Amino acid sequence: MNIDSIKNGIVIDHITAGKGMMIYRLLGLEKLDCSIAIIKNVNSRKLGKKDIIKVDSDIDIDIDALGYIDPGVTVNTIKDGVLVDKRNISLPETITNVIFCKNPRCITTTEQELPHTFVLTDKENKVYRCIYCETKAETK
Amino acid sequence: MRSLIDIKELSTEEINELIAVATDIIENPKKYSEACYGKILATLFFEPSTRTRLSFESAMCSLGGKVISVSSADSCSASKGESVADTAKVVSCYSDIIAMRHPKEGAPLVASMNASVPVINAGDGGHNHPTQTLADLLTIHRELGRLDNLTIGFCGDLKFGRTVHSLITAMSRYTGIKFVLISPEELKVPSYIKRDVIKKNNIEYVQTTDFEAVIPELDILYMTRVQKERFFNEEDYLRLKDRYILTPDKLEFAKPELKILHPLPRVNEIAVAIDDDPRACYFKQVYYGRIMRMSLILKLLEVNV
Repeated sequence: MNIDSIKNGIVIDHITAGKGMMIYRLLGLEKLDCSIAIIKNVNSRKLGKKDIIKVDSDIDIDIDALGYIDPGVTVNTIKDGVLVDKRNISLPETITNVIFCKNPRCITTTEQELPHTFVLTDKENKVYRCIYCETKAETK
Repeated sequence: MRSLIDIKELSTEEINELIAVATDIIENPKKYSEACYGKILATLFFEPSTRTRLSFESAMCSLGGKVISVSSADSCSASKGESVADTAKVVSCYSDIIAMRHPKEGAPLVASMNASVPVINAGDGGHNHPTQTLADLLTIHRELGRLDNLTIGFCGDLKFGRTVHSLITAMSRYTGIKFVLISPEELKVPSYIKRDVIKKNNIEYVQTTDFEAVIPELDILYMTRVQKERFFNEEDYLRLKDRYILTPDKLEFAKPELKILHPLPRVNEIAVAIDDDPRACYFKQVYYGRIMRMSLILKLLEVNV
């Protein structure tokens, strides 16, 4: 299966197979009016199977959110048909408004305008805790 | 500018410095009586408290400073829906330092992010209470002369007891510490404290429901109240509140040098008959709390005496 190369935009590669649609929604790509390709179950030497998203527009994406959902993805930036930047995305140290604190005693439950920020406290087990109440985030 | 929201923010050296200044305050109180002249402490208490608020206010008065105060959420703009962030910005214009108690966990952190003066967490729900921990540390240091090589028993509500979590965190940095965690099954220390603090620091610990069996090995017995305000269900509170009561007969096999601490207020978990036992330190702990708050205010206001 062939998908045309893009001229100016980004390619999110090495997405864990099955997470393509989740990332598509998380990054709000459905709101864009440019061409977007979600390619599922591509053969991969590294992963066996992987998903790929190609966006034919030079957009800013939430790298931290992406790293939280699927650490290990690669974000390639294409300009004039040439690969100009390649970033391996790992677990972010902090994430904001990607996940939300469920602790009913947390200040975020009464002060709606506060950003829901979590910090990585245990990289090995991917544990994030609310900066306000230290409640552990429910992992996806 | 520094605030104090969580005891973890203080290094061991800083805790030692605070204890050293506190010791000097005890020995030379007059030297400090005008140290904060012209400074104003605002105590913002959005949850009922007598002793902690009075302790802060007494501490500032003892340093020659002045105090402005909000003693309940009903008597301030919070009742009109003002955010913690806005309250902190406004009160920063009236004061040089803020002490805040709030029922919601994390509220003092939000205040510190928005205030232009130092903020001291005076208790946020069941989460943290760092100045109580500083009082506990000074009490242990004054009464036993050390903060290492201690077997410390915590008894009562170890789930919601913020003073317990903070003291476990603080003591985990010292060597030769052993924790004995005595509570009903429903009120055990949260797993994240065990994993991220106790086990992470390779601290020896035991969990038990049998109070009397472990008393003989303790150097410190830290009693806590089962707090009604932390329960969503009153039935659970009534079932658990009288589970552990310290009475003179239970101390029969305790060490003579044992020190009994309690963050107070006490309800009935320590019999009044214990008060005259030389091992009872909970009223001295109140005094040390005031002294340690004086030491902390000096540090955060960067006042050197």
